[in-house]
Amino acid sequence: MSEYLIKNGHVFDPVQGIKGDKKDIAIKDGKIVDKVGSGAKVIDASGKTVMAGAVEIHAHIAGPKVNLGRIYRPEDKLFSCTPTKGLERMGAGASIPTTFKTGYEYAKMGYTTAMEAAMPPLFSRHVHEEIRDTPIIDEGAFPVFGNNWFVLEYLKNQEIENAAAYIAWLLRVTKGYAVKVVNPGGTEAWAWGLNCLSVNDPVPYFDITPAEIVKGLIEANEYLGLPHSVHIHPNNLGNPGCYETTLDTMKLAEGYKAKNKFGREQVLHLTHTQFHSYKGTSWADFESGAKEVTDYINKNKNLTIDTGNVTLDETTTMTADGPFEHHLTGLNHLKWANVDVELETAAGVVPYIYSPNISVCAIQWAIGLEIPLMMKDPMRCYITTDHPNAGPFTRYPRVFKWLMSKKARDAQVNAFKHKDKVLSQTSIGELDREISLYELAQMTRAGPAKSLGLSAICGGLKPGMDADVAVYNFNPDKPVANPDDIETAFSRCAAVFKSGVQVVSNGEIVATGHKRTLWVNAKVKENEQVARDITEKFVKYYSMTQANYEALGHHFVPNPYALEVDATQV
Amino acid sequence: MTKKITDVICPFCGTLCDDIEVVVSDDGKKLLEVYNACVIGTEKFLHSQSADRVTRPRLHQEDGSWKEVSYDEAVEYTAQMLAKAKKPLMYGWSSTNCEAQSVGNEIAEISRACCDNTAAVCHGTTLIAVQDIGLPSCTLGEIKNRADRVIFWGCNPTHAHPRHMSRYSIFPRGFFTGKGQMSRQLVVVDPRVTDTARMADIHLQVEQGRDYELLDALRVALKGEWLPEVVAGVTAEKIREVADILKSGRFGIIFFGMGVTQSLSKNHNIDGAIALTKDLNEYTKYSIMPMRGHYNVTGSGEVFAWQFGFPYAVDLSRGFARYNPGDTSSIDLLNRGEIDAMFTIGSDPGAHFPISAVKHIAAVPSVCIDPHLTPTSGVSKLHVPVAFNGVETGGNCYRMDNVPIDCRKVVEPPEGMLTDEQFLIKVRDRLRQLKGAA
Repeated sequence: MSEYLIKNGHVFDPVQGIKGDKKDIAIKDGKIVDKVGSGAKVIDASGKTVMAGAVEIHAHIAGPKVNLGRIYRPEDKLFSCTPTKGLERMGAGASIPTTFKTGYEYAKMGYTTAMEAAMPPLFSRHVHEEIRDTPIIDEGAFPVFGNNWFVLEYLKNQEIENAAAYIAWLLRVTKGYAVKVVNPGGTEAWAWGLNCLSVNDPVPYFDITPAEIVKGLIEANEYLGLPHSVHIHPNNLGNPGCYETTLDTMKLAEGYKAKNKFGREQVLHLTHTQFHSYKGTSWADFESGAKEVTDYINKNKNLTIDTGNVTLDETTTMTADGPFEHHLTGLNHLKWANVDVELETAAGVVPYIYSPNISVCAIQWAIGLEIPLMMKDPMRCYITTDHPNAGPFTRYPRVFKWLMSKKARDAQVNAFKHKDKVLSQTSIGELDREISLYELAQMTRAGPAKSLGLSAICGGLKPGMDADVAVYNFNPDKPVANPDDIETAFSRCAAVFKSGVQVVSNGEIVATGHKRTLWVNAKVKENEQVARDITEKFVKYYSMTQANYEALGHHFVPNPYALEVDATQV
Repeated sequence: MTKKITDVICPFCGTLCDDIEVVVSDDGKKLLEVYNACVIGTEKFLHSQSADRVTRPRLHQEDGSWKEVSYDEAVEYTAQMLAKAKKPLMYGWSSTNCEAQSVGNEIAEISRACCDNTAAVCHGTTLIAVQDIGLPSCTLGEIKNRADRVIFWGCNPTHAHPRHMSRYSIFPRGFFTGKGQMSRQLVVVDPRVTDTARMADIHLQVEQGRDYELLDALRVALKGEWLPEVVAGVTAEKIREVADILKSGRFGIIFFGMGVTQSLSKNHNIDGAIALTKDLNEYTKYSIMPMRGHYNVTGSGEVFAWQFGFPYAVDLSRGFARYNPGDTSSIDLLNRGEIDAMFTIGSDPGAHFPISAVKHIAAVPSVCIDPHLTPTSGVSKLHVPVAFNGVETGGNCYRMDNVPIDCRKVVEPPEGMLTDEQFLIKVRDRLRQLKGAA
């Protein structure tokens, strides 16, 4: 494999504490190394910003609900189709781009790892087929557990060991990465058209509460010592006053400590926090709860979050929170798709237009920015748009601009139709903080990598780590003349390396690399009860036989990378 | 000694049964017996064993006879045809696996073809309706475990999806439906007294082509508003009775088929049916599901969608994907004479398209990739027989509820035969050489 030397760039690497010093980054055989030979290809990065490849911790980019969005929204393709070009396959779609376009767009912005945030286990093959067809970036997928019948039954009886054995089995057969929880209990209730709006609402028939599900899954996750923590989308998403449910959910993690060999410190990751930080009693007195939520997170070190920034675009919402999407279609009267998945989960899809002329949307925008600006530790707060729910991931450079420039935020606030309402219902006008490049590298590289248990592999530029490197046309020595320059610089990289292969040059794709599928292989003691329960559920209740459930073979996971976990000695 | 292979997937209809057992000879070359499958499925497996099967590509001669050619010659003919064509149509895809569909899409991209699947004459109208109004749906196991109201509208699973009712929709005892059929009320809407209708608790014998009116009337009845005495041949009293039955269920499902998608009003019928489902969700829980025909027509739509952005009728001729049913859909393209080469795989437009369109297929250079002899292979210039997918090769397929299931290979194909995917890879590689593509 070729050697590279990225010379004279301003390097930002929180893993090594490098804050913009001029440094050379050497690449050999796919890894960052101390030095390379004189034959190495030199990339001149003088006057440029160099960071590790960015890590996406939460996006909906592959699988059944994403593709349902593509199928039922031809309008999303208007003016967004791209032709075959060099190595690039055709692309289409703005908020739900085709798989090829997804891979290219991430890579061009300097992202080299991404996590698909919700995989219905029964559909794992579909998720993996799309992951295979998403070039360049390494991907993992989180199977959903919060409404799974096995989990509900084991946790009702407080059988943590059995729940853990089941989780290990499901991660293996679906090639999954982490324990995702979406509206715990509420999505099962949705199968009867109901919901669980607080952590204490009992789940119909199963007679367990969301609180018990969350606590049980945290215990099972730490019992196994998985790379990532439980990844939670709490109950009551998106409703005025929902911040209280969010606080109740986070409180469930109190007293738990992370146990794992991957350097992860949190026991609960709260996702798209913006959607869970609303105060008020109705849409009329809707206001920000960002302060209450971030105050709690700042104090409790065993939590990490991602933001879920609203980007003020027309987009497509999609979530395993089935009842929420039904609620949303009632609010905006746009087309509603839903899929209930036997024994496991559900999903809904509804298009949404975040209009700057609607006060609620503008307040959502402000809350999404308040959260990272109020978080004291950037290593525990990661930037996402919950793609495509709050906006497409292609808008990350714009979110960076808003975070890095008070001027840019003020310009946007002034452009809102209901500016006064935004200022009175949020504190966005009073927040002067501007995120530095070092903090940005924490929020988009080192932080999410650590939270995912990948800190030994990616998110930094330490010798020995994977050579995922992004070079931006952004000179930190020069004052930013126009905030839009930030957006431009972060939209298209000067160069991107993925596992030591240059995949982007001057914003164009020059190689498609060797993408990997990340998954977690957790070994547990043989557990006959769980094996028997699995067999019974397949014989009686699944519509597929057990022998046909596992995503096996080269077609689905052509280039796997397993993180090994051994819980046999627990 | 024979071997029994279990958990085999049946490559016939969208029900995609995965509990088939087959017995094969010790050397794995002969398929002897098939268990658990319906008659159609059994026949599909056994058909692969027929002695008179065509095993090598054949080129249609001017005198009407066929000349056997090698696979390499067939690859050359196909690649040359696609390379020369300005607007080839690549149609079918519903009876092959997703791996082959993926390679086919690469070929389509290089040759700037129009791509379409059998939704064109089937559930394409459903897709249009879904694009209008959405689709509240579920997986088939949900129906087995929860459904206490089952509606079959314009479909006849007894004959078209024979095991659907026993595996998912009427008879099985699920978690919350322990009494099986006794837990469910069955409503069938069909102008004919079909064998499915005979099993129904209520059969609404709708006047032919008046489904839209009846769907609308049910929505009115749900809201308790005024109805004329008779709508679409059904009395208001009956409509109100059915509306009450639907409303009183805990979990309901509407299955629909060709009877509504391809009769008068087409996609508007489905708009109405989905709107009815949405309305019912104001009272209780309801889903709706198209009864997809081919075992992997759903998969074709999925692969088109994640690679090109649209589920069918995709036109790549301008170098990027366009979708405009009526303009970019197969029958319309053929009838307008816009197509200058026809590539058919895993389907039989010769039997299902209007004769005007089939005549155009016969008039242009054409290739038909299909293990069977069909009307399409008969009118095509080149017929390429391939291994039976799901019998002689595996590969991923999507059930009618979009659940992916990986088919199994149970016997070896006749010696020297290629699979769809293998043949397409050869065509793709040759086409790249001809086009100088990357």
